[in-house]
Amino acid sequence: MAEFKEISPDASAGEKLLNWVDNRFPASKLYKEHLSEYYAPKNFNFWYFFGSLALLVLVIQIVTGIFLVMHYKPDANLAFGSVEYIMRDVPWGWLIRYMHSTGASAFFIVVYMHMYRGLIYGSYRKPRELVWVFGCAIFLCLMAEAFMGYLLPWGQMSYWGAQVIVNLFAAVPFVGPDLALLIRGDYVVGDATLNRFFSFHVIAVPLVLLGLVVAHIIALHEVGSNNPDGVEIKGPNAPKDANGHPLDGVPFHPYYTVHDILGVSGFLLVFSAVIFFAPEFGGYFLEYNNFIPADPLKTPLHIAPVWYFTPFYSMLRAITSEMMYVLIACVLAGAYFGAAKTNLPKVIKAGVVGAAVFVSLLMLSIDAKFWGVVVMGGAVVILFFLPWLDNCAVKSIRYRPDWHKYMYGVFVVNFIVLAYLGVQPPSAIGERVSQVGTLFYFGFFLLMPMWSQIGATKPVPDRVTFTPH
Amino acid sequence: MSDTPVDTNKRTWLIASTCAGAVGGVAVAVPFVSTFQPSEKAKAAGAAVEVDISALKPGEKMTVEWRGKPVWIVKRTPEQLESLNKTEAQLADPKSERKPSELTPVYARNQARSIKPEVFVAVGICTHLGCSPSDKFQTGAQPSLPDDWNGGFLCPCHGSTFDIAGRVFKNKPAPDNLEIPPHMYLSDTKLLIGEDKKA
Repeated sequence: MAEFKEISPDASAGEKLLNWVDNRFPASKLYKEHLSEYYAPKNFNFWYFFGSLALLVLVIQIVTGIFLVMHYKPDANLAFGSVEYIMRDVPWGWLIRYMHSTGASAFFIVVYMHMYRGLIYGSYRKPRELVWVFGCAIFLCLMAEAFMGYLLPWGQMSYWGAQVIVNLFAAVPFVGPDLALLIRGDYVVGDATLNRFFSFHVIAVPLVLLGLVVAHIIALHEVGSNNPDGVEIKGPNAPKDANGHPLDGVPFHPYYTVHDILGVSGFLLVFSAVIFFAPEFGGYFLEYNNFIPADPLKTPLHIAPVWYFTPFYSMLRAITSEMMYVLIACVLAGAYFGAAKTNLPKVIKAGVVGAAVFVSLLMLSIDAKFWGVVVMGGAVVILFFLPWLDNCAVKSIRYRPDWHKYMYGVFVVNFIVLAYLGVQPPSAIGERVSQVGTLFYFGFFLLMPMWSQIGATKPVPDRVTFTPH
Repeated sequence: MSDTPVDTNKRTWLIASTCAGAVGGVAVAVPFVSTFQPSEKAKAAGAAVEVDISALKPGEKMTVEWRGKPVWIVKRTPEQLESLNKTEAQLADPKSERKPSELTPVYARNQARSIKPEVFVAVGICTHLGCSPSDKFQTGAQPSLPDDWNGGFLCPCHGSTFDIAGRVFKNKPAPDNLEIPPHMYLSDTKLLIGEDKKA
């Protein structure tokens, strides 16, 4: 237990109260550790807005969600009507609902930007691996949250989107059909499914999400924030002032709280503009087909997931039985490389070749559908391993070889092309392009241990690059 | 760590009680996980459906609901039946040999996959991921379809194509032909979907 602190009897009532609390709960200590004495590098740029914006959107989603639940009915016969009731009859209900639906898309925009920031500045590198891993877990939760939330309005897209994704689980060999049955709670997506998705969407996943957000921030504050230069400001050799505070850091409060208010203002400007002028955002944030009540007998002519899932959906669609031969060739080539070009012990080499042959046989014997699911899941899971894939000598893109910038550029373009193709109806050309895109996406990560070492890095400065203004 | 030696007796009991606790925890999880299963009510809602097809003209399709799924009944024209010969070479499983017990009842294991050649009964759910394919009865070139299209079904979700007997084309995401539900004729124009004679 901490030492009991006495305070002078002349202190003000406020100080006395704070002292009383501090002796029982570390209020001042927490405030100092996480705000007034949390030193963050002073060279943050606009990319650093997105962390606090993600927190803001989380709050918006929770608050609007609480109010929506007051009027929504999780029942297959009433759900669609209750959403329309919120839109038309509940005073200002339309605003709350549009805030929530636009908030979902905003969440993904902000999180994708936040992840990209981490990617280019090497914020996942030692010692920040767990910050990144918690972040990826948050991303996964967010995907689950968005998917289950999308079923709740019980429109055509809700229904058929859920039908497709739940059937993905049925592709797992042996246990798949039973697993899908367990998720749906019925032989088709129905009332039972809607009710459990509602429960997960409003209670289970948000609780996990909040816990992960806390873990993400605690881990971040333990190791300290990275910055655009990738220079450690709190390392043993970093310059410090007389009090031991880093010279290149500023206290989070008030410097970055004020800085983030600028980001919040800009964000709210755009967010409000979308809510008031284009809440459906041309069918991207709320798909047109979702304004038709769910009809289990008729699939809409064109179904596609909401935009934030489409890059992964494209990769799912890219895995056809033809594509499987290409993937098998990749697995065998990887095994050949491991066995012939590296200096691993013989036992491990034999293991690698054996595993590759075994996986190839599985790939030949199990449907392409299952491997499509594996690829889609793998595209998310692979992000978790990023800290251990990057072997570049420097963290930040600023000091990496120039060609790395093009590599990241192609990665972004590829991701956007995959997203675009996922929105489009299936086509022969689209299929080929998405197959190439899928190979590039996985190549980018799986070959990163090699390619990240190629090229000459630039000298990293001792201090962060910062010009006072 | 302190230098006090480990009390092995205490440790044995710690391990034993932890194991007992874990077993209890798993046992408590069973009822929770069990609630995810379909309820008795959902299981009971699988009764057979009687359909009158006397009004169905050649080339037309009707859809009925059976166990919450769409079941199609298509009355095929002679041309459509003729097209089944042309598509044969492009199909993944023209003779319906895959998973026959699940997908194709004995009486439908023929080229037309039906009891009467012209009346096609199938569950309108794609074997890929469960979308309901759309009718593409018109022949010839059209978007998302090959130029030599003979009429059939196109799944809007992932582009799987099926011929007019619900047989899947090669190299498409869907692995199998459309499911033929158990069905039987009660009379010449009355179909019972969900039950057949052997049941």
